[in-house]
Amino acid sequence: MTRAVKKLDLDPVTVRKARTLARKAGKPIVNIAKQHTTVSVERAVLRLAGLAGADSEGIPWVNRLADTVRADVGLEHGLALPVWDALLRGEAEDLSVLAQKAASGSVTFRLPEGKDATRARTASRKAAAAGLKKVDARRKERDRLIKRHGDPEQRPWIYLIVATGDIYEDIPQAQAAARAGADIIAVIRSTGQSLLDYVPEGATREGFAGTYATQENFRLMRAALDESSRELGRYIRLTNYASGLCMPEIATLAGLQRLDMMLNDSMYGILFRDINPIRTFVDQRFSRQIHARAGIIINTGEDNYLTTADAVDAAHTVTVSQLLNEYFAKEAGLEDWQLGLGHAFEITPEIPDSFRLELAHAMLARQLFPDAPLKWMPPTRHMTGDVFRGYLLDGFFNLVGAMTGQGILLVGMMTEAVVTPWISDRDLALQNVRYVLGAAGNLHEDFHPAPDGFIANRARQVLGESIDLLERIVDDGLLNAIGDGTFGLMKRPQDAGRGLDGVARRSSQYYNPAIELLEEAQ
Amino acid sequence: MSIIRPYGDTTGDGMVQMSFTLPIPHDKRAEGAAIQLANKMGMDPALVVHAKPMGPDFTFFVVYGPVNHLVDTSKVEVIERDYPLLSPKDANLAIRKGLRRRLTVVGACIGTDAHTVGIDAIMNIKGFAGEKGLEYYRELKVVNLGAQVAVPELVRRAKAEKADAILVSQVVTQREAHVLNTKEMSAAFREAYSEETRPVLVAGGPRFTEAMAGELGVDRVFGRGTTPGEVASYLVDALVTRRKHAAVRRTA
Repeated sequence: MTRAVKKLDLDPVTVRKARTLARKAGKPIVNIAKQHTTVSVERAVLRLAGLAGADSEGIPWVNRLADTVRADVGLEHGLALPVWDALLRGEAEDLSVLAQKAASGSVTFRLPEGKDATRARTASRKAAAAGLKKVDARRKERDRLIKRHGDPEQRPWIYLIVATGDIYEDIPQAQAAARAGADIIAVIRSTGQSLLDYVPEGATREGFAGTYATQENFRLMRAALDESSRELGRYIRLTNYASGLCMPEIATLAGLQRLDMMLNDSMYGILFRDINPIRTFVDQRFSRQIHARAGIIINTGEDNYLTTADAVDAAHTVTVSQLLNEYFAKEAGLEDWQLGLGHAFEITPEIPDSFRLELAHAMLARQLFPDAPLKWMPPTRHMTGDVFRGYLLDGFFNLVGAMTGQGILLVGMMTEAVVTPWISDRDLALQNVRYVLGAAGNLHEDFHPAPDGFIANRARQVLGESIDLLERIVDDGLLNAIGDGTFGLMKRPQDAGRGLDGVARRSSQYYNPAIELLEEAQ
Repeated sequence: MSIIRPYGDTTGDGMVQMSFTLPIPHDKRAEGAAIQLANKMGMDPALVVHAKPMGPDFTFFVVYGPVNHLVDTSKVEVIERDYPLLSPKDANLAIRKGLRRRLTVVGACIGTDAHTVGIDAIMNIKGFAGEKGLEYYRELKVVNLGAQVAVPELVRRAKAEKADAILVSQVVTQREAHVLNTKEMSAAFREAYSEETRPVLVAGGPRFTEAMAGELGVDRVFGRGTTPGEVASYLVDALVTRRKHAAVRRTA
């Protein structure tokens, strides 16, 4: 990774203070996450234990089983004890048969006690461990393939999106994009999947402005990109989205199918999808524990703040969110190299010195998180349909990426907001990236902003505003701050939002073998 | 002057530029194919100024040339929107000045429809087509009830929230479900409210056309590709500018 370290004269005491405040703001949230569970966390355990597939109506068996167990004994004890107790009682030979029986109402669940509880605990732990072993094997496989094929030669890695809605159309497009120079392929999900409280099944050919995230689609695309990696002599990474109501399950499926990166933001679902805050934080923690184990790089969603709020006025909210994302990620076991913290080139081009401001913000992020592969996102708000102007704007975006040593560069399309990218749009966009990286990729070696100049002062100002905001959040409590509309102008109270009915406070008998295993290893 | 041609650098030169991709490898035949296409589009002579292979199977072209078509501006038909398109800022300002309170919008997917794609694209702050959703508008109070909301429940919530407008989205069209559900909804609101106090009823979905409003019993229908800004602008026009119901309700 290119390091553009210590170019800004930031006061180390101030930087430490920012991190301390983020920890103070985040700690109570982690405690809440540890006191609750959700339907999706519990279903993820079943998926880890190997339960897959769906009934004839397309409802996944994990949902069928989870719903029945919940109706019988509640969610607050976790699903592991009642489910494996039923298996030990001989109600079914495996999870799949048990789920079918549960759906037809021919099995009743109970919360085992005493010796029965101990046996159920041991059996569920064994099943979860077998799932984690598969995740571990996929991680080793990735390491092996990266060793064989190699990483991209340049930083930033080039990140391209495909989104046809049909996995069988996505595959040739993704392979063509890799051939054209993409290092990372992201398959955008169908609009609205984040609000589904289940993960669809099978290979899908019909999505709205994107393709459903399913285990089979993950498998098909990963296999296709393994082919491309062999052909191109460079490991092509695959990205999908964990955000939404099913973060824990999608994270689990990503680990099982060797995805390499996942969109996983700590607050995106709350702010932009009106998902209940508690649900999000509980789901987020588990999903990140799984990502940590799977060696997956997370991508956070700070770019979204700048699409709703002004990119200059709200620059500090990006920094604050990055600091919070970092705290939550590390608490869940992720390491620096796994933190694709997001930020974006969204300042109104017409304002004076907009490029210098962009440089200041990007350098601030680079220096605050020197070991994280920052994800640099292209302009979207100011892409008007004037494709010629848009192409120039993307060139300047690429230049900031090159000058500030970003880790992951999402390639901007001049046809943003006009059409889903055409093959020629992608080709032109990649030419743009290649030209800028080739012509100015090493400019960061020469580029040292004046210590008291515009850029350095702006960076210090944003950091200062971030600390002010963090102090307010710590005083108020993060949940209250979210409820008051501190981020992205959205007010999201903790007792409202989607998915709240899927949250339960853990009982004293709560047991989750996956969390136990993940935390033991941490 | 109603007859015109495109303008490059001289009046009447008819010059245009275009770019496109052909699904064939780049060679002389491909360039000839590009010229043939341009000729058929009325560009003659066509000059291929740039041709570039994109992978083994595609070629990208930039072509310049004069087109032999004439444009008659007197024959251009324009379908006018009957309300002004407002930016979020202007919409907020209009509500604040005209209503002096927030405008409440209640939205739902009614009946068995679980596809919240449409209603979410319009209402969620995330928005659609580069425009922010209604939640982004400070002066709009947005209540999104989500999917599979029963009509009586929608009426109940509309009353509880003192809704100014109701947005319903219908994606599933099997056995005309979208039409039947929407009719049921509009009938229920007519029964529950007097015509003066009834909220503005808006239906949206990919299979609706604007002309269906009368049949469905709603005030407005939005079809495929509608953006949040259009919906917000319509609501401001109907409820603030034209003051449908709003004045009545304030004195009530």
